[in-house]
Amino acid sequence: MNVAPKPAFVLRQRHLLGIEGLSCEEIVGLLDLAEEFVELNRQVEKKRTSLRGRTQINLFFEASTRTQSSFELAGKRLGADVMNMAVQASSIRKGETLVDTAITLNAMHPDILVVRHHASGAVRLLANKVGCSVVNAGDGAHEHPTQALLDALTMRRNKGRIEGLTVAICGDILHSRVARSNIILLNALDARVRVIGPSTLLPPGIERFGVEVFRDMREGLRNADIVMMLRLQRERMSGSYIPSTQEYFAYYGLDEKKLGYAKPDALVMHPGPMNRGVEINSTVADGTRSLIREQVEMGVAVRMAVLDSLSRNLPNA
Amino acid sequence: MLSERRPILLTNARVIDPSRDLDLPADVLLADGSVREIKRGIGAGGVPEGTEVIDCTGKVVAPGLIDMRAFIGEPGAEHRETFASASHAAAAGGVTTIICQPDTHPPIDEPATVDFVLRRARDTAIVRVHPMAALTKRLEGKEMTEIGLLKAAGAVAFTDGAKSVTNANLMRRALTYARDFDALIVHHTEDPDLVADGVMNEGEFAARLGLLGIPTTAETIMLARDVRLVELAQSRYHAASLTCAESLTVLARAKEAGLAVTASASINHLTLNEMDVGWYRTFCKVSPPLRGEDDRKALVEALRTGLIDVVMSDHDPQDVETKRLPFSEAEPGAIGIETMLVAGLRLVHSGDVPLTTLLKAMSTRPAELLGLPGGTLKPGAPADVIVLDLDAPWVLDREDLKSKSKNSPFDEARLTGRVVRTIVGGRTAFEWV
Repeated sequence: MNVAPKPAFVLRQRHLLGIEGLSCEEIVGLLDLAEEFVELNRQVEKKRTSLRGRTQINLFFEASTRTQSSFELAGKRLGADVMNMAVQASSIRKGETLVDTAITLNAMHPDILVVRHHASGAVRLLANKVGCSVVNAGDGAHEHPTQALLDALTMRRNKGRIEGLTVAICGDILHSRVARSNIILLNALDARVRVIGPSTLLPPGIERFGVEVFRDMREGLRNADIVMMLRLQRERMSGSYIPSTQEYFAYYGLDEKKLGYAKPDALVMHPGPMNRGVEINSTVADGTRSLIREQVEMGVAVRMAVLDSLSRNLPNA
Repeated sequence: MLSERRPILLTNARVIDPSRDLDLPADVLLADGSVREIKRGIGAGGVPEGTEVIDCTGKVVAPGLIDMRAFIGEPGAEHRETFASASHAAAAGGVTTIICQPDTHPPIDEPATVDFVLRRARDTAIVRVHPMAALTKRLEGKEMTEIGLLKAAGAVAFTDGAKSVTNANLMRRALTYARDFDALIVHHTEDPDLVADGVMNEGEFAARLGLLGIPTTAETIMLARDVRLVELAQSRYHAASLTCAESLTVLARAKEAGLAVTASASINHLTLNEMDVGWYRTFCKVSPPLRGEDDRKALVEALRTGLIDVVMSDHDPQDVETKRLPFSEAEPGAIGIETMLVAGLRLVHSGDVPLTTLLKAMSTRPAELLGLPGGTLKPGAPADVIVLDLDAPWVLDREDLKSKSKNSPFDEARLTGRVVRTIVGGRTAFEWV
């Protein structure tokens, strides 16, 4: 099957730094384009040529397996030369060095930089200093736009729509860029968004994000169509946000009983990597209502859609 | 020994139910472990067969007391106090529910320890016992405990006992987290850096005795900090033991602002002052220290107005090894569970505090704050009831006290009024003969 991406779809901006700033049309356009890449990725011949001759650098200041390999595959399938740069977090000194890194890389004339950084706003800072397109692969607790897009694609394919769905995002909202990007995207597409977590893991002011806030899974999951679990980011926790992982699982971990509070056909998502037995148990994670593996598949397609549509804005495109 | 549970009719009593501001002559019928009925002339209308009828002419009948702050040695310091010995002392003092503190060895900071305490008390104590659990693991002030699981196991509140949590960020998170479980945090408000090596109230008297003082500011600063944190977290907070007028100003402002802030005062700080330390009496060394007379008077006035919610014993058994020492080296702490009410009656007899107000602060308010069913004589409430003789004069001899430790600041005190009967769950647990 030969599927041609719609050539008409172009993102308005040079970079993809967040879901914030994307119009509904752009979000839907990216999802539609990604659908086509889902089909392509299931073929034997997965190669396209829209990025032929382009150089894509994956610049990861924070360790990542799935996001980095997903971006790498996406770039390669579109024909780009992809280079992975893993920058040891310990060897950089944030601000100043980040800008130096940007200037150095810029001199190598890449076309697309895919950047992940542990500090919120770092990707935007870098984008201001380079001449190429920048894709945010996650900055601190700010945004992770391709994750929200792949989540939306997964939801749309399984529920047929986003509009009107009740999506409960559960757990460590405070440290989660996935939550922030998802809240913005889902609100833009008219889903009903809820967040559920202990007060210590809910950022003050979250109730003004256009979400319903719950501290109790039983109430928060009632009539939910999608239960989106977040990873408990223990590595970002300086100090005592929760008393123990046992207590966290007892009140906020997703098991069959808590999933039973949601709609009978509710589906389970998780951006990964999972802490099994902390925020989700294996029966649910590996069960028939889990979309977790499908999310990974959608990740490659969504990133191809992002790279493909950004490439149309590149000079000489 | 517990008597057999048959219905009890208390006749011709002056019945005081502070939960309803009732003070009226009536009979009280207790059956099946509950308060059945309160009205005049129940006895005349015939009572269930086998009812024990007790004439309470001239006596007061009131709800059993709930002592919101008592340190029991179990587990870890059974030589000072056990649930058994403390419960006998409690019953003799009209206390039908002990709220024990978590600074034991090991501390009560895990659900399994809560379970141990509840089972141990069930098997050995003659009054009810509910533990507070630690607010931080190992009482170290570094990580909060499993507030949800501990509450589910039976902890009625969370506190680090006689220790203050100095890390404001941890305190904020604990308050924030506790709100999700509607858990009450009880905090000893004393800045340990300002307490430093102090051993008694700072001021002229300490200076004359050559002892290092503890300023009231040590308490007020911590309370003021906590109130600000409660404002952020919007959770339930209780100051464990306030002692001075400045703290009461902070407390009053917090309450006016509508915050869920409440406070206790210990019977020691309401009835004694720094002068009672006299020539270095270590039984009057308590934490926070006994204050000046002006502060004591302010505290009594706050009790009268209801600004101070709860009066507790701060029962802290210490033995000869920890008390027969130079003042500065002795451990702080005084027993008080057995004398809390009779010492409080001094304030009633002096006309400073109405009896109903005192009883409310020792029963109704703690029940409300801790979510316990007692502290009331409403029909259906647990049959935890005391009978008081308000006027009996006597002299306290500490050797008669039922506590394992004898460190009472009221030794040889002349007292007026005493508990003549204590009923727990419809059974007589103490009777004065």
